[in-house]
Amino acid sequence: MNGVHDMGGMHGFGPIVRDELVFHSDWEKRVHALRALSRRLGIFNIDEGRHAIERMAPAAYLDATYYERWADALETSLVDKGVLDRAEIDARVVAAAQVGTTATGPDRELPPVRANELLPRAAGPAPRFRAGDAIITLNTHPAGHTRLPRYARARRGSIDRYYGNHVFADAHAHGAGEQPLPLYCVRFEAAELWGPSADGRGAVYLDLWESYLEEAS
Amino acid sequence: MSHGHDHDHDHDHDHGHHHPEPLTRAEARARAIESLLVEKGILTTAAVDAQVAAYEQDIGPLKGARVVARAWVDPAFKARLLADATHAIEEIGLEPSANQLVAVENTPDVHNLVVCTLCSCYPWAVLGLPPTWYKSFAYRSRAVVEPRTVLSEFGLALDDSVEVRVWDSSAEVRYLVVPERPPGTGSLSEDELAALVSRDAMIGVARAKAPAAVA
Repeated sequence: MNGVHDMGGMHGFGPIVRDELVFHSDWEKRVHALRALSRRLGIFNIDEGRHAIERMAPAAYLDATYYERWADALETSLVDKGVLDRAEIDARVVAAAQVGTTATGPDRELPPVRANELLPRAAGPAPRFRAGDAIITLNTHPAGHTRLPRYARARRGSIDRYYGNHVFADAHAHGAGEQPLPLYCVRFEAAELWGPSADGRGAVYLDLWESYLEEAS
Repeated sequence: MSHGHDHDHDHDHDHGHHHPEPLTRAEARARAIESLLVEKGILTTAAVDAQVAAYEQDIGPLKGARVVARAWVDPAFKARLLADATHAIEEIGLEPSANQLVAVENTPDVHNLVVCTLCSCYPWAVLGLPPTWYKSFAYRSRAVVEPRTVLSEFGLALDDSVEVRVWDSSAEVRYLVVPERPPGTGSLSEDELAALVSRDAMIGVARAKAPAAVA
């Protein structure tokens, strides 16, 4: 989706503030843990979790801290999956504020760690491209999750290396299964991406699935 | 500020400290979600505590620094690291990376820089969790379009002849920068070399430190 999360090349965010902290308070750690454990439990996958962040209203996204976005996305994902509903969360927020406590239930064992979503898959199509091949990315504007950033659409690049078949995030984020596809590292010259605004000799490397790419003549 | 408001921030599981201020909306909702998940038997407080403890005990960038130091002293290891970092890091006793990991090497002619413009992808297996600035809108938006300006703000000036390669971690692969070994370090041990390798150097916004800087 052409969301505000797709930030590469945007202007106006000012200098980089050197905040070295990983977390700023304990609740952020618990949100991080809740999302990690929800994934381990198979409630939602990593791509659904990312897309939940991207679907925040743009103004809310920009106004939130990093872990406020994570908390928002955690709630969205749990509601989407029918694990919780908004009304019961609202009610619990009110109740917790009144009695000053959060209820707990009995502890139980977690299931074993699930198969990794992130490593290459054995299955999938044979790769169409080889290192050195010239490609051009699609000019495409999908409304759903994608890993082809706006700044690299309809741009010419070259295949740097092939990474094997990987779970296709664009499908996996929308409940369409893994649909593994060849994933490549693609090199784009800075001048191809940014024209005269490029700030010198350089290139950007992006990891792109084969379905984003066409052979360049 | 007054503590006389109507929130009592004692909880029946330990969040580590008391809160002198009212909860933010996000924190209040996160607590409500946790309590509901526990109450429904979906998660346990102990499991959340254990996950939090794992972050707190993570040695973070020290792992990556050991990888880089080994690469500096052992050319055969460096070759294996550059060919297949995912598995090479196991040779120095690290957990296998959950993501495919790729090491990219700085040279006198090439400088590498890692970013994630779409979210916050980062090589956790070797660097731990990312600092806030790495996840900031300013870094995410600027690193791909004006990497030299960004690097100069971090205090790293590059000659115009150096090619800057920006790795935008857009899919499942994570990137680790192997900085150049500083001159004058021939006599240092692997541990001493690791102390020269900062997290920032492995993201690509700094060089490895000179020995005098750590002495």
